[in-house]
Amino acid sequence: MKKTMIGATLVAAMAASLSGTAFAEARDQISIVGSSTVYPFATVVAERFGQTTSYPTPTIESTGSGGGLRLFCQGVGESTPDITNASRRIKASELETCAANGVEDVVEVLIGFDGIAVAQSVDATGMDLTKGELFLALAETVPNPNGNGLVENPYETWSDIRGNLPNTAIRVFGPPPTSGTRDAFVELVMEEGCGEFDAIASLEDSDEDKFEEVCATMREDGAFIEAGENDTLIVSRLENDPTALGIFGFSFLDQNSDRVKSISVEGHQATFEEIASGSYPVSRPLFFYVKKAHVGVIPGMEEYLAEFTSRRAIGSNGYLVDRGLIPLDNAEYARMKSDVDNLEPLKEL
Amino acid sequence: MTEQKLDAIERLASVKQDRLNAKLKSRYARERRFQAYGIASIAAGLGFLVILLTTIFSQGLSAFWTTYVELEVTYDPQVLYIDDATDADQLRLADYGGVVREALLSRFPDVSGRQATRELTSLVSNSAEYRVRERLIANPELLGQSERLWVLADDDLDLLRKGIIDRELPESERRISDQELSWIDSWNEAGELKRRFNTVFFTNGDSRDPETAGIWGAVVGSFYTLVVTLLLSFPIGVAAAIYLEEFAPKNRLTDIIEVNINNLAAVPSIVFGLLGLAVFINFFGLPRSAPVVGGLVLTLMTLPTIIISARSAIRAVPPSIREAATGLGASKMQVTLHHVLPLAMPGMLTGTIIGMAQALGETAPLLMIGMVAFIVDIPGGFTDPSTVLPVQVYLWSDSPERAFIAKTSGAIMVLLGFLAVMNLLAVFLRKKFERRW
Repeated sequence: MKKTMIGATLVAAMAASLSGTAFAEARDQISIVGSSTVYPFATVVAERFGQTTSYPTPTIESTGSGGGLRLFCQGVGESTPDITNASRRIKASELETCAANGVEDVVEVLIGFDGIAVAQSVDATGMDLTKGELFLALAETVPNPNGNGLVENPYETWSDIRGNLPNTAIRVFGPPPTSGTRDAFVELVMEEGCGEFDAIASLEDSDEDKFEEVCATMREDGAFIEAGENDTLIVSRLENDPTALGIFGFSFLDQNSDRVKSISVEGHQATFEEIASGSYPVSRPLFFYVKKAHVGVIPGMEEYLAEFTSRRAIGSNGYLVDRGLIPLDNAEYARMKSDVDNLEPLKEL
Repeated sequence: MTEQKLDAIERLASVKQDRLNAKLKSRYARERRFQAYGIASIAAGLGFLVILLTTIFSQGLSAFWTTYVELEVTYDPQVLYIDDATDADQLRLADYGGVVREALLSRFPDVSGRQATRELTSLVSNSAEYRVRERLIANPELLGQSERLWVLADDDLDLLRKGIIDRELPESERRISDQELSWIDSWNEAGELKRRFNTVFFTNGDSRDPETAGIWGAVVGSFYTLVVTLLLSFPIGVAAAIYLEEFAPKNRLTDIIEVNINNLAAVPSIVFGLLGLAVFINFFGLPRSAPVVGGLVLTLMTLPTIIISARSAIRAVPPSIREAATGLGASKMQVTLHHVLPLAMPGMLTGTIIGMAQALGETAPLLMIGMVAFIVDIPGGFTDPSTVLPVQVYLWSDSPERAFIAKTSGAIMVLLGFLAVMNLLAVFLRKKFERRW
């Protein structure tokens, strides 16, 4: 008898706690999703925002740029995120999905740039590669070195590509296809590198699909190794293997300068100055997107925007720059700031 | 003649004996080899465990210590832009970073210029200004006065003191410049650097500054999640097990249910996360990142474990107990609730604790429901955004700052500690309450 009573009370308590949560009160903290590249920057801003204002600290999920935009465009309302971070620009198709789900006004905020470093152990002798050489080392199909047409990648050592490069096996650790870093690397290095070869460039007119495929497919015979999303892991692998190269974001290079160093791409090292001046060729813009309909509804949105776009955060001496963000130049900053202050929605791409 | 025969027989016997001996020898050898394989497997397993634990402990122990710097802080109203210490708004918005900067500059008066000042201020943690703010808000009468205050050092300084940043390296390969080294040495000589037990690690939530990052937020999140899981999965699991074992008719339907419970135990946990996202968040509209949803999802995951262990605990109660109770006139329900259930309880609890330990270590299903997130504030309830311990481990392992490597291992040690305690509790309950027949 007593036991049935206990059981009944337990069930009742559970039911009560469940129904209580179903009518949860309004969300009072900002919800942010998106790119894992912007995550280290956004979290710093969020933390500072939580410490210096009376609002709760925003929650930030690292879902990747694409995943973030999908969640973001699900609709308007408390159950959807207010802001999504992206390490690439929103696509027209994504903007359409947004509009179709009632997310009409999206404000785009360009916060700065990120360099993608091709790095090696500090113990290794430095290398200087062109985009074309990186393409030859990493693509699945390359122009036939002794004749016409395309062949499966025959290069096994760096010296096969250019005589004065080291005679060591090509081994490059890089991010998996789900990563924004991979997308950007393919776009900025592989697709530009492949255009340098006549055998491929001629494809562009005759067979565009094939052209895209050749340019964007990485080799799978073990020379290019997908190392997962964890960049810390790539750094420690490079440290153990001085002949290997690794591909990751500039902030990891910056934080681990005693273990890894960047190689030169097209004659430029991935240093803060080279990326900021625009001469380092592998860099990409970082954004976040704001749901205008949520500004003024979710408490603290204006203040968060103001904090993230302030000069002390992303100005040339801002605290995010200490974390490896490459700041905007003055004109870009002024344009971005006025757009954000007026909450100017993104018209079209 | 007979002697010859006897000889032959003896010879035969001795040959047989030799053969037998040889065979026996090889049989013993085979048994020894078999045992050796077993011992080798155990040794290999133990070896891996030792490697795992030594790497974790050697990296993680340093996370429990941290470096503090002593500063002479002056609560100068002009630096703070405060004219009225009783005005809460002014206190909140004041420039506490300026106070810390002034304190550093007065300690090293020869520092000038923007770059050098930046380098100097980067040696103390960002949390220093929050500490100053806390002090002043708690004691407004300090305005205009000075005091000596221990504040957290920056993570790079801390790593240098722990020897993880090597000061012998050339300056360009080091995260700390020669200039910064000279300031640190000057502090060190004056006794203004101190190593302390890292209480921050156990009392703070997550942070992007390694020196202020802590696991308390994740511990509280794990606690709320497990409370929900326990409250739901234990009663449901036990009720299901009792019904299936004691009351259910043995027919096709119960067979199908039984097979499915076993199947459910083998479903990859990420699938439960997808289900949780579709059902609890999208359909029922429960909040993302909340322990209540995490608890519901983990309930689904642990239910099969609990049902299976509860059923075998019930089955282990000998039929004679049931028969005796029935013989004394007890009803079926009385037999079950008064006799079988109490005797099966230790086994059920053991299974539940092991299920809970599994749930504590789970990250994959929580990814889908938004609990893999950066959350600074300590959760205050079942619907507050929160994360759990293994997720914290995962998030830190992916952070660029070097000091997070130690934090990651430190958090793993805490997680392992909780798991060990839970498993010990299971062993204890079994030893203490188990009845043998």
